[in-house]
Formats: sequence, C-alpha cells, structure tokens
Amino acid sequence: MIAYLLRRLGQSALVLFTMAVLVFLAVFALGSPVDMLASPDADQAERDALAARFGLDQPLPVQFAAFLGNALQGDLGASFVYGKSALAVIGERLPATIELALLALTFSVMIGVPLGVIAGLRPKSIAGRAIMSTSIFGFSLPNFWIGMMLILLFSVYLGWLPAGGRGPTTEVLGMQLSITSLEGWRHLILPALTLALYKSSLVVRLCEAGTREIVTQEYIRFARAKGLSSFRIIWLHLLKNMMIPVITILGMEFGAMIAFTVVIETVFAYPGMGKLLIESINRLDRPVVVAYLMVTTVIFVLINFIVDLLYVALDPRVRLGGPNE
Amino acid sequence: MGETITTRPLPAPSVAKGERLLLRQLRDLVSSPEAVIGLVILLTLSFAAIFAPLIAPQNPYDLMQLDIMDNMLPPGSTLGGGLTAWLGTDDQGRDMLSAIMYGMRVSLGVGIASVVIASLIGALIGVLSAYIGGRFDALVMRIVDLQLSFPSILIALVLLTLFGRGLDKVVLSLVFVQWAYYARTVRGSALVEKNKDYIAAARCLEIPQWRVLVRHMLPNCIPPLIVVSTVQVAHAITLESTLSFLGVGVPVTQPSLGMLIATGYDFLLSGKYWMSTYPGIALVLIVVAINLVGDRLRAVLNPRFTQ
Amino acid sequence: MMAVTNSVVAPALSVENLSVTFQTRKGPVTAVNDVSFHVNPGEVLGVVGESGSGKSVTGLATMGLIDAPGRVSAGRVVLEGRNIAGVSDRDMRGLRGNRIAMIFQDPISTLNPVLRIDTQIMEAITAHERISASAARARAIDALRAVGIPSPESRLEAYPHQFSGGMRQRVAIAIALLHRPAVLIADEPTTALDVTIQVQILGEVQKLAAESGTALVWITHDLSVVAGLADRIAVMYAGRIVESGTVAEVLTAPRHHYTAGLIASVPSRNRRGQPLAQIPGSTPNLANMPSGCAFHPRCSVSSEICSTTLPPLLHDPSGRFMRCHHPRQGA
Repeated sequence: MIAYLLRRLGQSALVLFTMAVLVFLAVFALGSPVDMLASPDADQAERDALAARFGLDQPLPVQFAAFLGNALQGDLGASFVYGKSALAVIGERLPATIELALLALTFSVMIGVPLGVIAGLRPKSIAGRAIMSTSIFGFSLPNFWIGMMLILLFSVYLGWLPAGGRGPTTEVLGMQLSITSLEGWRHLILPALTLALYKSSLVVRLCEAGTREIVTQEYIRFARAKGLSSFRIIWLHLLKNMMIPVITILGMEFGAMIAFTVVIETVFAYPGMGKLLIESINRLDRPVVVAYLMVTTVIFVLINFIVDLLYVALDPRVRLGGPNE
Repeated sequence: MGETITTRPLPAPSVAKGERLLLRQLRDLVSSPEAVIGLVILLTLSFAAIFAPLIAPQNPYDLMQLDIMDNMLPPGSTLGGGLTAWLGTDDQGRDMLSAIMYGMRVSLGVGIASVVIASLIGALIGVLSAYIGGRFDALVMRIVDLQLSFPSILIALVLLTLFGRGLDKVVLSLVFVQWAYYARTVRGSALVEKNKDYIAAARCLEIPQWRVLVRHMLPNCIPPLIVVSTVQVAHAITLESTLSFLGVGVPVTQPSLGMLIATGYDFLLSGKYWMSTYPGIALVLIVVAINLVGDRLRAVLNPRFTQ
Repeated sequence: MMAVTNSVVAPALSVENLSVTFQTRKGPVTAVNDVSFHVNPGEVLGVVGESGSGKSVTGLATMGLIDAPGRVSAGRVVLEGRNIAGVSDRDMRGLRGNRIAMIFQDPISTLNPVLRIDTQIMEAITAHERISASAARARAIDALRAVGIPSPESRLEAYPHQFSGGMRQRVAIAIALLHRPAVLIADEPTTALDVTIQVQILGEVQKLAAESGTALVWITHDLSVVAGLADRIAVMYAGRIVESGTVAEVLTAPRHHYTAGLIASVPSRNRRGQPLAQIPGSTPNLANMPSGCAFHPRCSVSSEICSTTLPPLLHDPSGRFMRCHHPRQGA
C-alpha cells in the first residue's frame, strides 16, 4: 500500500522532470524574446545587453541547468511584460481558474449523475433515449461556440447576465474568490456551464453504462429481495459502486478541464490563468508560458495522486485487501 | 457439459465471410434512424464542401467579387452585385453561405487528413508494439500514457505556437496529439488477436512473421480502428476550430469554420449574430452527424453491444 | 386438490397456474408455463430442473422480482392466504425480506462489495421494523451467530471480500431469515460452494428453517441435494412442472420419463464399467418449443399424440401429479 503510493510519487517526479525538459526545449524554440523586448530601433549592442541580462546568451544546457535550479526554488523567471515573478503572475490568476473549474466539475456531476442513472435504469424509455442522444451532442459540440451562443442569448438579447469578466472577489482562506457574492455567481454561471457541458456528457455516458451493468448484479437483486426501497438501492447500493470509476475518470479529466479554461476564459474574457496563457503566447512572454505549463503539470500530477488516494479510500477491496477467491 | 472440445486450430476469418458480414453490418447501420439522419447530413455537407467552387454563390476569397460596401449585412440582404446573401455577410462584405461552404472544405479536409495520417502511424506503432512486446512495448506504452495524460488542446496549442500558422502545421499538430489514441486502441485489439489460436497456428506453420502481422493480425484490428477514427474526425474538427478560434490555427487566407466563428466573435456583442451563429451551426451539424454515425458503427462493429 | 392439503394446515405459499412471459424481439417467450405448487409451514419443497427449465424464474416471480421485458402473465401467488401477484410495489416491498425471502446462487456477488456487513444486515432489519440502531446491531450479531459465524461482533465491520464464499452465503442466509419469514426461496445456494461446505450450509438452513417454522423452497439442478433435504419434490422441464410428489415416491418410482432419465444420470447410481446414463438430446430452446409434450423429442416412449397434444395434468390416488401421456408404471 505505502510502497504503491511511494512508487506513484516517484513516477510523478519523473513526469515533472520530463515536462520540465520538454517545456524548456519547446519554449526555447518559441523565438527570442529579445525581439519583443528591445525597442525597434535598438542596435546590436543593446540587444546583446538585454540578452545577457536574462541569461539568453548562455549555451542551452547551461540555461537549462539554471532554469531547473531556479525552478526547484520556485523561481521560474520574471515576466517580461509584468516585470515581476512569473509564478506570482500565475498565482494571481490561479484562484479564478480553479474556482471556475471546480464549479464546472460540480455542475457536471450534478447534471451528469442523475441523468446517467435515469438513462441506465430505463434504457428503452423515451427519457433514456433522449438523454443518451443529447449526450452525444454535449460530447461533441465545440464549447467555445456554445459559450458564444449563451452570451448572445443571455447577455445580448435577454440582458440577464454579464457577457464576461469576473465578479467582485472576497478573500477566503487567502484566495480571492467570487462565489461569495451574487454578482460573482452571475459572472461565473455561464462559463462554468459551458465548461461543464463536455464533462457532464461524459458523466452521463459513464453513469449510464455503469448503471446498466450494476443493476444486473446479484447484490442489487438481493437488495431488492431484502425489501429495501428503490431509493436506498439507487442512492446507496448502486451509486456507491458506480462512483468508484466515475470519480477516477472525473479526477483524471479535471486536468483537462483546467486546460480547457484556456478556451472558455478567452470566450468569456474571464481573467484566469488560461486567458493569461493566450495573452502571454501572443506577447512572447516566455517565463509566464513556462510557468503556466509547469504549474499545470504540477496540478495534473497532484490531481492524479489525489485520485489514487480517493480510489483507495472508496474501494474497500483495494484498501483492505483480504482473502480473495 | 455437451460441448465438444476442438483440437483443430481455428481458421483465420476468411475474406468471403468478411464480405457477407460487411453487408450485414451495413444493413444494421442503416436500420437505425439516427445513423441514417447522420449519414444524410454528412453526405449533403460533404457534397456542398467538395463542390463549393462550383455551387457556392460567390468565391469569398476572390477580392474582385467582394464589395466592402456590402459588409455586415443581415441575412436575406441583397448585395451590390444583385446576389442575395441568405445568411448575411461578414465584415469584408463576403456572402456568409459561400464562406461557410469554403470553410467546411478546410475543416473537413484538416480533420480527415489528420485522422488518416494519425491512424496509419498509430496503427503501425500499436501493432508493432503488441507484436514485438517486451521492452519496446513497455516504452511505447509509457510514451502513449504520458501523452494521453495531457489534454490535447494544450499540446496542440504549444505545438502550433512553435510551428506558426499554416494548414500543414495544423494537420501536423493534430496528428501529433492523436496518434497515441490509435496506438493504444490497435495495440489492445492486436494483443487479443495475438493470443488467439489462429495466430499460433500460423506461427506453427512457419508462415513469415510479416505475413502473420499484415495478413492476420492487422485486419482484425481494423473494426475498432474504424470506430475510433470516425469519432476522432469529429474531435479533430472541433479541436482545429478551437485552435483557430484561439488564433493559432489555420491562416487568414484559408479560414476554416472555426476562424469564421472567431471573426464573428468580435461582432457578437453588437448583435451581429449571423457571423458566428451560422458557421457554428455548420460545425455542429458536421460534428453531431459524425458522432451519430460513429455511435451506431460502434454498436454494429462490436457485437457485444447488440442484443 | 393435492393430497398433502388434506391436512388442516394452510400452506405458507401456494403458487397457482403461474406463467411468466418475456417479450423478445422474436415475439413473446413463455419461460414459466402454468406452474402450480404449494409448500406448508416447516416443509421443504425441492424444485428440480436443468438450467433453462424455468425454475429460477419461478422463484423470482414468486418474489415479485421479474423485470421488463418479462412479466407474470397469469396465475396467483398466495402467501399466507393472500394473493401477492400484482400487488403494488410498495406492498410487495413490505413483504419481501419480511414474510418471503430469497437467497441466490453466487455468494460472491450476493453481497454488495463496497458496503460493510453491518450496513447490509442492519438495513434489512430497519427496512421492515422501526428499531434503534443499537438494537438492530444486536440483532445483526445474533443473526450472524445463529448461522455459525465465529466472533460476529468483530466481523460486523468487515467487507464481503474479507469473507470466504461459504461465509458470505451464511451472511446471506442470516439476512434472509432475519424476520423469520413464512417462506424462504433458495435458488441453488450451494452450487457454487465446495462439497464439504455445501453439506454444512444445507444442514444449517434446514435447521434454521425448522426452528422458525419457515417453509423452504429449494431450487436446484442436483437431485442428490433434494434427496436428503426435501419432503416433496417438483420436477420442472421446459417451463412446466412435469411431475411432483413426495421425495420417496418420486425418486424410487418416477412416473415421468424425464424424471426417470434425471435419476438414472446421477453419477452415483451408475455402476462402474457401465456407460454413464444420459438423456439423449438437449433442453429445448424456450423460443422454439416442441409442440405437444415438450419432452417428446427426447423421450423413448413418445407416440403420435405426444407431438400434437399437451398431456393433461394427471394425478393418481396417492396424491402425485404428472404430465405424461404414457406414464411409467410405479415399481
């Protein structure tokens, strides 16, 4: 058990290192930021001085060693645009993105699980078929366009919700959050729903398949033979078994969700780190791009680790072991 | 138990039987109304896309045919040249319908090209990985796992930032993010095939390895590959449109549906809905149609799901 | 009427002309056809048949556990004097696990793998009784002890996978008997277990059922199991009961040729050096049932009438029932 977790931890470290190499190489190929930073009429001497100041004149391995050494100390360089630590710049935007992604995750479970269970319990009914057909749409619709259509409907025509941006924030546990106010919710609801669209369809499909499989299991039949209510059978016997794979997959997909905030934040002009990434790519703000990729990698690795722990916590067969036939 | 035990190796599925199976599967496919609707939409849109230069009201990229005075007209307006723009015009005075037909060419082309290339590369790697096994297999699967653990949007975004704009570069980065799916799918089914009796029989008969691989293993890996590829075309098209929306995709001179939508985004808040809505609907129709067909294909090709 | 009902005791369960039909793509398929049997308090009825004979479906139908596309298409299920076929889900739920209980074949999958044993026992108690958690817990411990699970207090917090197959089946039995039901339907509960454990479990169930006066319906494909356990026996073939009577009568002097074939094919009855007796052919497909007597293609004495006309239900003076045009003469 502990050996397993330690091995996972080692794997995570390896993934992080690999990512560091890849990110460094990729961003190095991105083009020299000197072109961006120097004024158009700067001469070669000025450009060289600028390059030296950021260590860009050193050979590649030296730059990488410096990068890695600094990265381990939490220093991923200073943003060319903001003139301060790239990590700090990311850190300012991180809560907005996490807030958005967590809310979207909650939405996708709240929407996906009940619909998936209904469709799984009654696969031949009209409701079941409608849910499954609709999930194909949600699965494949281009999110950014759906977001735009929601803006068109709720902001431009109906005028109910703001078209973009983030609502006022308050500090909660050291993080600037906006779910504390109604205005914050008004800003969050459309982007979160858009972001949740894909995942809720995924959850619907998972839960439908899971339900259909689980209801044929003998322990469900036995639970019915015991005279339990359908409510208890569904909410305890069925859901507890189904949530193990669902949580595992949702956890892994949470990383993808954070990545997809790049798109959603651009559509809704939402000031999270996804929008920051696009801005930084366009401005050749190399340290911020590097910091973004490294931070998301760390988040992915963390999520995978947490999912492993959750899986262990949820499934007594993994947690406790025991005589297996 | 009344079963007889066969000691003969099972014959490899023969081609003639395969053809009859194919016919039956086609019938199965057509028996689902959803799949037929999907197929009809797909064929219609593909037709419009392929023959766009012949049937589109105007060539939206021939500057001679454009008049900036016609810009941003709502749907149904008559242009200076007498043409009626049923879906309105964009900020350059282009007829949206024509722009969409040309855009579908780019979107479908990029989607299909990337899937074909990626599936060939992925299938080859997958079969080799399963066939060779051992360390090679372990290494390949490590790379596949690593890649699949990162969201494709992020990988493609970084790659396109490196490569710059261009149709070929979009296809290249889409291939890069997709090959791993195919490699994993094909490896999975190849491993199943590898352990079947007929492969062992072929080996016993000292048939050359490459023949076992090409004639016996590969054909049996194709059904799952078809299912994954079909659905993956829709994913590739969506991904391309998303990248173009973010401004790192196709070049301005060859706008895809995604880029048309991105242009429309700038005018969304002023209520000029048609510039983003209509190309989006075209995109959605394509993607949904592919998924409807793909969903049914999965059921037809995988007898486990049919009752 | 059947001979045993001559006694004054009212049957705990009486199934009358029960039919179960499944709607399939190729039209309706009748899995259980006009089946009648009864079982008295404290009595053990063995229902014997090959797989596909409809014996498990009969058990599920009695419990009201037939799901779409199947349904009970005809007949009555009278539990303690009350017809429960077609009562509301709500009423049926109140009876299931309470007055009529069931245990299943595979002990590995009968218990929910992610719920603790105590949860699974206590929920079965509280589903039918308003009782405090601590009282339910005490009952759970008693129930586990009654089925022979050592140190039940500590095993309560275990998960099913920490138990062996036999232990899991004991837990299932404990749950089924929690409310001292009038009837327990046991659907091959020992088939998946080792022979030695089979014997223990058989004995355990028999003892407990006798103590609580529970009527036992033991469904099995194994004649040797019912031989030592049951008072009466009903043999099912292709969805119908083809013969019934007391165990002694049916096993020593079978009247139906199928029953005779079944008895002859029990391995211990075959002499060494002789070929293993077998019934020729195989069980018919329910969707494509032979006309007349469903057994006629496999029967050695079948005649013209067997392939055209369903044999009527005969009963001889001793209280035995059979469906055969040419019944074997008793020894």
